[in-house]
Amino acid sequence: MKLTLRVWRQQNADSPGAMATYQVDDVSQDMSFLEMLDVLNEELILKGEEPVAFDHDCREGICGACSLVINGDAHGPERTTTCQLHMRSFQDGDTIDIEPWRAAAFPVIKDLVVDRSAFDRVIQAGGYITAPTGSAPEAHATPVPKADADYAFEHAECIGCGACVAACPNGAAMLFTSAKVNHLNVLPQGSPERETRVLDMVSQMDAEGFGGCTLTGECATACPKGIPLFSITAMNKEWLRASRKVKR
Amino acid sequence: MALTTRPEQRPTQAERRPSIALSFWQSTLGKKIVMGVTGLIMIGYLCVHMLGNTKIFFGPEEFNAYGHWLRVMGAPVLHHQWGLWIARVVLLASVILHGVSAYQLSRRDIKARPQKYVHTKPRMSYATRTMRWGGVILGLFIVWHVLDLTTGTTHSGGFQEGHPYQNVVDTFSTWYGNVIYIVAMLAMGLHVRHGFWSAAQTLGAGNRTRDRALKAIANALAIVLTVGFISVPVGVMTGVVS
Repeated sequence: MKLTLRVWRQQNADSPGAMATYQVDDVSQDMSFLEMLDVLNEELILKGEEPVAFDHDCREGICGACSLVINGDAHGPERTTTCQLHMRSFQDGDTIDIEPWRAAAFPVIKDLVVDRSAFDRVIQAGGYITAPTGSAPEAHATPVPKADADYAFEHAECIGCGACVAACPNGAAMLFTSAKVNHLNVLPQGSPERETRVLDMVSQMDAEGFGGCTLTGECATACPKGIPLFSITAMNKEWLRASRKVKR
Repeated sequence: MALTTRPEQRPTQAERRPSIALSFWQSTLGKKIVMGVTGLIMIGYLCVHMLGNTKIFFGPEEFNAYGHWLRVMGAPVLHHQWGLWIARVVLLASVILHGVSAYQLSRRDIKARPQKYVHTKPRMSYATRTMRWGGVILGLFIVWHVLDLTTGTTHSGGFQEGHPYQNVVDTFSTWYGNVIYIVAMLAMGLHVRHGFWSAAQTLGAGNRTRDRALKAIANALAIVLTVGFISVPVGVMTGVVS
């Protein structure tokens, strides 16, 4: 496959940045999208140019490190992470636009790499359970109904990649925050902090400068893990409940 | 085992947590809830208003009598026009809260993506994309509508207090009256379509099993309200109402 890539190049957070065009001639349909970028970078290094910086880690679709908005879609045309996207999703001779996640809360560090530590601070505000850690507790000590366990797991699938923010026309982090809130709030282990969790995580989410939800559904469409849009509805319900119940 | 999960010196999250009213107004979720509740109040009003409008098809006596009843509504408990003024105050408060929340949230949304994508593609349904401008159009329409048919300030021909039938016929006998009204009602239908369903999600009422029903209600509301309101100018234009 021969491809024309238009890639966002930006030296650092303070420099302006622009799209740069590259030709890649030696692409196999079986390559992942990141392997295709590896090929580009090898060519750039041989030519003495600076390689394109992009985030990646496990390349198995489970760590949430890779990002990239490909032709206007977060994680590209398939419903998966960029590392699990294969070049067979594209045609020979295609022009592919590659941009970083765009959000005020995710500033660009370099090229396609953005700073997603805003997500870490949302988690620090309540995305955990306060419990003494040590050896694993007896599994039958805390019974969890099957339906609740399934619901928790559906939301626990969130890998925190930030595709929801990138896809949202308002740069909102509602789907991410709701996945984390619902995952813990439905479980008995999470219930002691059920109210404070949702209030504190939402206020941290707002403090990070993410936009608000207009229920366009773009987040759930982009989510590589299939977190449902109703996750946001459930968080709204939790927030309303907590606003009434929490002791101030 | 001593267990300290929070450093003593720093204020805890609980101490920094604002009061209910403040957290509602400061939070994006709270503002959305304000928008959802005020939006539902306005949809409720639109349903009653639309049903009242259809009385125009039963002749001037019945329509004018209905207009008079609106002024004595709630009597003898309420004084003359009190019922009407209570409704007006509630509606005005709803419009202002809805508009201010929408403005502030929109400003925030635009600021949350300072750098736009180079590669953009058309996304979202038409109703979803037109919420903001549609809302502005509706706000301007309400001002015109009140000046035209409540106060009579911009009314074409002689505005007659207490004769709403004739006033309505006058308005819809002008081309611009029809154009403004019909465009605004189409915008209203689109706004209600996305707005009703969104309000249900914002207030936590939506889920997988209910979604088809909620979407069906939103579509039905949008169509019935639009058709119901537009039937009046169409009635005047076709001579059914004259």
